[in-house]
Order: sequence, then structure tokens, then C-alpha cells
Amino acid sequence: MSISDFVRDASRWMQEEGPHSDIVISTRIRIARNLRDIPFPLLANEAQSEEVLNAVRQAVESPAFAEKGRYEILPLRDVEDVDRQALVEKYLISPSLVEHARRGAVVLRDDEEVSIMVNEEDHLRLQVLLPGLQLREAWALANETDDLLEARLNYAFDDRYGYLTACPTNVGTGIRASVMLHLPALVVTQQINRVLSALGQVGLVVRGVYGEGTEAVGNLFQISNQITLGQSEEEIILNLDSVVRKIIEHEQSARHFLLNENREVIEDRIARSFGILAYARRLDSKETMQRLSDVRLGIDLGVIKGVSKNILKELMVMTQPGFLQKFHGAELAPGERDWRRASLVRERLQMDEGRI
Amino acid sequence: MICQECNQRDATVHFTKILNNTKQEFHLCESCAREKGDVMMKSFGSPGFGTNPFGEPAFSFQNLLSGLLGFETQGATPMSKGIQTQQGPKRCATCGLSYPQFAQLGRFGCADCYTTFENHLEPLVRRIHGGATAHTGKVPQRAGGRIKIKKQIEELRAELQQKISAERFEEAAVLRDRIHELERGVQGNSGEGV
Ligand SMILES: [Zn+2]
Ligand SMILES: [Zn+2]
Repeated sequence: MSISDFVRDASRWMQEEGPHSDIVISTRIRIARNLRDIPFPLLANEAQSEEVLNAVRQAVESPAFAEKGRYEILPLRDVEDVDRQALVEKYLISPSLVEHARRGAVVLRDDEEVSIMVNEEDHLRLQVLLPGLQLREAWALANETDDLLEARLNYAFDDRYGYLTACPTNVGTGIRASVMLHLPALVVTQQINRVLSALGQVGLVVRGVYGEGTEAVGNLFQISNQITLGQSEEEIILNLDSVVRKIIEHEQSARHFLLNENREVIEDRIARSFGILAYARRLDSKETMQRLSDVRLGIDLGVIKGVSKNILKELMVMTQPGFLQKFHGAELAPGERDWRRASLVRERLQMDEGRI
Repeated sequence: MICQECNQRDATVHFTKILNNTKQEFHLCESCAREKGDVMMKSFGSPGFGTNPFGEPAFSFQNLLSGLLGFETQGATPMSKGIQTQQGPKRCATCGLSYPQFAQLGRFGCADCYTTFENHLEPLVRRIHGGATAHTGKVPQRAGGRIKIKKQIEELRAELQQKISAERFEEAAVLRDRIHELERGVQGNSGEGV
């Protein structure tokens, strides 16, 4: 395996469906860990950063790891810019790791469900990414992988404050559990702010996945825990899970309302967006996300038939600048990008036999 | 005492600035101290610390954090060339980070910073984590044994007190020896766990 395998195809979470995948796009768990005797990445020198990477390499190359899958260790300095960008677009690494590219590395399992960022803000950021709503499964996988690492690594752990992290906002469990939700009906019926505004009171934060500020392009929202200390991992996950299930119920009833009370309006909107994605010659990323959201809602409501549900997940990643450039094989000017994006979307839609 | 800056609120922050051998005393309210602190923070060029090795842009939590840290004005008041607080500069012996530098970066330099800045840490952690100040989640296996023994020591100490109050000194002596033994084990194996 090499870097080219990871930046060519869709990840497993994009190709497969999971529980509640009509509304929940993906579940992600990240845990932060540091080694006891080495300064955190911010203050580590080059030799110390190398020491961290070697320790992680030894742990990952142990037989216990090999039983769980094939792992590839990629120092970012060996990865080209466009491939780094593609890894970010697939959510396999953070933009911050790219900034730390001189010393950063990523460990990727071949199915891309497990990845470990090395020398980002903390020595290790272990990530599990699964399709649909699978918080317990994701935590089980993260926990198990963490145990394998801990067997070989001496973690910085304090009896009182738990796992020590560079930033005190992550101290304790070091866990950030998040769920990506597609909530078009709550947005259309203007209930979204009411539903999401209560989240702060239960220790959760929400942000739009695409778009800036409060605007969520493509009606995609990411909800995660804010607090990492004073609650066990199971409690944090249970809290998030139960809130997400409530939001799913709200979205479902908003979808029923749209179908029963506003059918013509919503069908018109879905059909127009489908037509544009199927025939347009230029698409910018914002319009692409909005139209994909409409089409995905159309699939969920049974208005559009014969198109894969995964089209939203696949195309929201594959139409990003890094991937477009990968497909094209050369750098693209922004104007050219819109042309390429439109043709990629058309080709993808033609693979399915969509009808309205 | 009234704040010497706004002459309105109570002065709750007191510090001394030494510049060219002249001593200047400040008595400020929290909000004026924070304002002053911000100004000083900007002119604070991380001497002896070097720039961030990655040359990365300002950390997004930084504003949030310095907002939080601002409450801890005495500690967060920058100590730089010629500027000193009553506490004097305190740096982490392992990584060299000072508290003002932490306040500026929003990040600690190493695991030992958590011990070095212990006094500042609790109110900060409490504010960030909704009142929580102790970890209740997963414990790595290596540390797990150590924590169990610490709990055991606490229990034995309580028992020891009871024996002493009951004047059952022979039994107490046995307990005391057992406690010493356990304590040696915890210290000796602090790196590896038990
Ligand atoms: Zn004042
Ligand atoms: Zn330190």
C-alpha cells in the first residue's frame, strides 16, 4: 500500500451505509494521547519528534496490531501537497497536521476506519471514522486500539487530571466524539436554530461542516462533546447519542411535514436541483453542496429513485479542490475547477439510473 | 482599596512593576487589570522561548483561553524584561514554559507543566469543564495498579487512626508498616506502574 491508494478511492465510510444513515452521515471519535517523557509537539525538538514517531512505529508494527488490519505509516514530509489536501478532504488528517508537516505523520489502516495523527497538537491523535450513527462501535474500536498502543507506549497520565494534553480543553479523557448530521428539513422548516440552540446546555457544540460562521452549506452539521473531564467516555458518548437520536426524530417529523403539507414545493426544489446536477456545465462548491443536499433529501423521501444514497458523502469529498486536482492530474485554476466539478458530478449521476 | 485606573471598582489585583530600578505599584480591579494585561501581552515577545517551531497562526482556542485566564490576573500578568509580579517568574523545570507563555499560547509544553502550574490550573480547568476537576474515565493499565494502591493506602490510614484512638498500638504498628511498604512501592514504580 502507498499514499496513492489512500487518495484515489472513496473511503469505506463513504461507500457503506450505517445505522440511521438517512440522517447521520458519519460518526467520528478522536482521542488525544501524549508520551510521558517527551515535551508536547509544540516544544519538542526535531530529535524528540522523531523519537515519538519511532515509538509509534514500533507499537504499530507489533504483531498485536497486524491482527487488526494493515497499517501504513506516512511521514507528511514524504507526501505531496495535493495528496495532503486530499487526506484532509477525506477527514483522515486535520489541516493542523499539514501545518506541522515537517514533523507530522499519519498512520492509516487500509480500510481508513482507524488513523493516528502523530506530532499534531498532541503526540498522538487516534481517530475512528464510521458510517452512520455508531458511537459505541467507534468508541470500542478506539478503546481497543488505544490499549494496543498503551501496551507499548508510556502515556502521560495523571491520577487526578487523567490523560494530559497540550491544551487543557482536552485534558481528562482526551475524547472528542462527533456526529455529522444532514438536516435539510429542519433548515427548510426553519426549526434548526430552535433545535440546535439547546445543545450548549447539555455540553455539546455544533458547527456547520461547510460554510463559514453559522451558515451551514449543504445542511450538514457536526455535533460534538465540549467537555472532556469529569465524565467517563461512556457517559460522554451516551449523552451525545441520546441527543442525536432526539434530533433525528425532529428531522424525521419535519420531513413528514414537508411531504404531507408542502409536497409540491419540496418536489419542485428537489427536481430542479437534480436537473442542475445532471446537466450543468459549471458548478461552484457551494452550489454543489446545496444541490446535493436537495438530491439526497429527494432520495430519502422517495422522490428520486435509482440513485445511491451515498452520492452525497462521495461527492462532498470528491468535489473538493484536492480531489478534483487528483482526478485531473494537474493543477486547476478556480474557473477550471467549476467546469471539472460539474463534469465529475454528471459522470457520477450517470453511473446510477436516476429517475423522478 | 479602589482601583487606581477607573477609580470605581474595588482593586483586587495588586502587582509591582520594576522598571530601571524604580518600583511602581499597581492596584487594579479585574477588568482594568485585564486590559493592562492585554497591552503587556502584546509587547511580550517570548524571550528565551523562541518562536513556535511550526510558525503556525494564532491558536483558535487562544482567545477563549486568555479570556478565561484573564480572571486569574495575578498569574496571567506577563513577566518580561523588567516586569515582575510579587510571585516572581516561575517556569516549568522540564520544558521551560512560563505561565504567561501558557496564557499566550493556550497550550502546555509538557506533562510536568500540569504539576508546575497546579495552583493556576484548578480554577481554569473548572471553568473549561463545567465545574469538573477530576478525571473519572479510562485509566491506562500501567497507572491502574498505582491508583488502586493509593486507594488502599488511604483506607489503611483511616483504619490506623481508628486503632490509635482505640489505643490498640500493636495493631496500629502493623498497619503503619504495611502503609510504608505500599508507599515505597508506589514511589519506586511511579514510572512503570505496578
Ligand atoms: Zn478599574
Ligand atoms: Zn513543562
